[in-house]
Amino acid sequence: MAGLTRSDVEHVAFLARLGLTQDELDRLEGQLNHILDQYAKLAELDTSAIPPTAQTIELENILRDDVVTASLPAEAVLANAPARSGNFVVVPPILGGDAA
Amino acid sequence: MPAHELTRSLGHELATSLRAGAVSSREITLAHLDAAERENRVLNAWLTIDRGGALAQADAADATLATARSGGAAALERLHPLLGLPVALKDLVSVAGGPCTAGSRILEGYVAPYDAHITERLRAAGAVILGRTNMDEFAMGSSTEHSAFGPTSNPWALDRVPGGSSGGSSAAVAAHHAPYGIGTDTGGSIRQPGALCGIVGMKPTYGRVSRYGIVAFASSLDQIGPLARDVRDAAALLHAVAGRDDRDSTSAPLPVPDDLISLPASDDEAAGWLKGKRLGLPREYFVAGMEPGVEAAVRAGVRALEAAGATIEEVSLPHTDYGLATYYIVAPAEASANLARYDGVRYGRSVRLEGGDFIADYLATRGAGFGAEVKRRIMLGTYALSAGYYDAFYLKAQKVRTLIKRDFDVIFEAGFDGLVAPTSPTVAFPFGARLADPVAMYLSDACTLPVNIAGLPGVSVPCGLSEGLPVGLQLIGPAWSEAPLLRLARAYEAITAGEPWRRLEPAELALASDPAGPTPAERARRLAA
Repeated sequence: MAGLTRSDVEHVAFLARLGLTQDELDRLEGQLNHILDQYAKLAELDTSAIPPTAQTIELENILRDDVVTASLPAEAVLANAPARSGNFVVVPPILGGDAA
Repeated sequence: MPAHELTRSLGHELATSLRAGAVSSREITLAHLDAAERENRVLNAWLTIDRGGALAQADAADATLATARSGGAAALERLHPLLGLPVALKDLVSVAGGPCTAGSRILEGYVAPYDAHITERLRAAGAVILGRTNMDEFAMGSSTEHSAFGPTSNPWALDRVPGGSSGGSSAAVAAHHAPYGIGTDTGGSIRQPGALCGIVGMKPTYGRVSRYGIVAFASSLDQIGPLARDVRDAAALLHAVAGRDDRDSTSAPLPVPDDLISLPASDDEAAGWLKGKRLGLPREYFVAGMEPGVEAAVRAGVRALEAAGATIEEVSLPHTDYGLATYYIVAPAEASANLARYDGVRYGRSVRLEGGDFIADYLATRGAGFGAEVKRRIMLGTYALSAGYYDAFYLKAQKVRTLIKRDFDVIFEAGFDGLVAPTSPTVAFPFGARLADPVAMYLSDACTLPVNIAGLPGVSVPCGLSEGLPVGLQLIGPAWSEAPLLRLARAYEAITAGEPWRRLEPAELALASDPAGPTPAERARRLAA
């Protein structure tokens, strides 16, 4: 039985920046442990000598010429910003006051 | 031609009529728009139907056709196969100036500032983009029940799911709203809904189609692919969008075989391809929990292939059973990284709390914007990648991924032309049947997700019905074998061309025009009560 505690679930939610309600946390604790139980199966396999596969296409070092090409116009990029000022996206302050 | 005939025609049949001047793109587009708009309340396959945009594209196509017709046969030959024909786009394909919700509230109001690579290719082909279809949120699901915009009904049985995550495109094509649909497939999300809706659905080799401008779910697994009512149409759509794109460094620098647009029209010629072909039947794909009716239809399909001259041998892909755990570590891990961008800062839904700090705003934005399945997968992925668990989960899963891929490599190195298997262990299930237990939903993809893990091409073709609901036969090939794989699919289609089930309309499609009919959400609520 996988061992995610309620405080583990709260911690992972915070790492993932997900604001969850108490109901959601209750449900997730059970569901996540149930899913994690499925992972135990992988321990049956001896993979000590097996290399990991990150991608199946086996391409490496895809480079392009260092030339300037067109990019999205600023107006197009900023059109979806929830808050903007001139050519800037307005965000809440990060620095200053209590440490983040 | 009456509208009903236009929507019952296949894409390549419409293409012939267009070139002959028998019908216009505008007429074809209107017929499909009318059907989609009339039936969308009951099916909810479409999130956006763009009548104005589609008709403008149709008129442009008609102008191109008129010019070509005056240029004679040679000019008509040079026209793109998809010119003037309607396409449904899953709502995660960027189309500049239009919405792109990925089935999520967190992208409500977002307007894409650029075209996806495949959008550019469809525009260049002169195809008509009819609209955007429903999907499980961020492509996470096997039933389209996890859409933030309500479920979609299967045209074969309105109380049942079309499959997912490309359920909207699958239902739209099955319901004759468009001859061509685009889906994406990360663990089965084109092949499985294709099977459940009785149409052709293909996932090409990873790297065959550029993912630029496609909302990302799991970047080492995602692929874009076609949905259509016959193999030639699916092949033509794949050919239209496949190929190297410098903006997706995982897109393969390999030429796209022109074979894809020259599959035989003659059933006899198509069937002849099977003689001497060696196909493997992986025993592990006949999973526990497979419905007997599904197994019967799949085995009948296998016998048909044998009768037509292919040799079928049972093979083993011994690590198949480890696929589910592998996939449900790798995909959520990659998703947790890909979905970190939805923070309400630069685009999308944004919650800014009174007196809040930026962390509180992230928590509130993402808490409000993501649905339950997405949250589950982000949590799983975050956990699998976190310090102390990375080796046991993510790295372990990557190593098992190597073993799963090697299982396929061994079979193909031994000279098999392809593998034959079920697509889905069951037919379409009722709304709500798999919502209580996430793992029950995940099992829908047991036969499809190993193919994504290995990065191989796979196609589902209809092979019959079980209790009146469609069953799909899955064909799997070695990497980059889309052309021979689709020849195999075309051959199967040819040898079963006379089967009675091929002549059936989706059983409950007739109910879809009822203006007072319940919506899929209403049906789902009634079933849950």
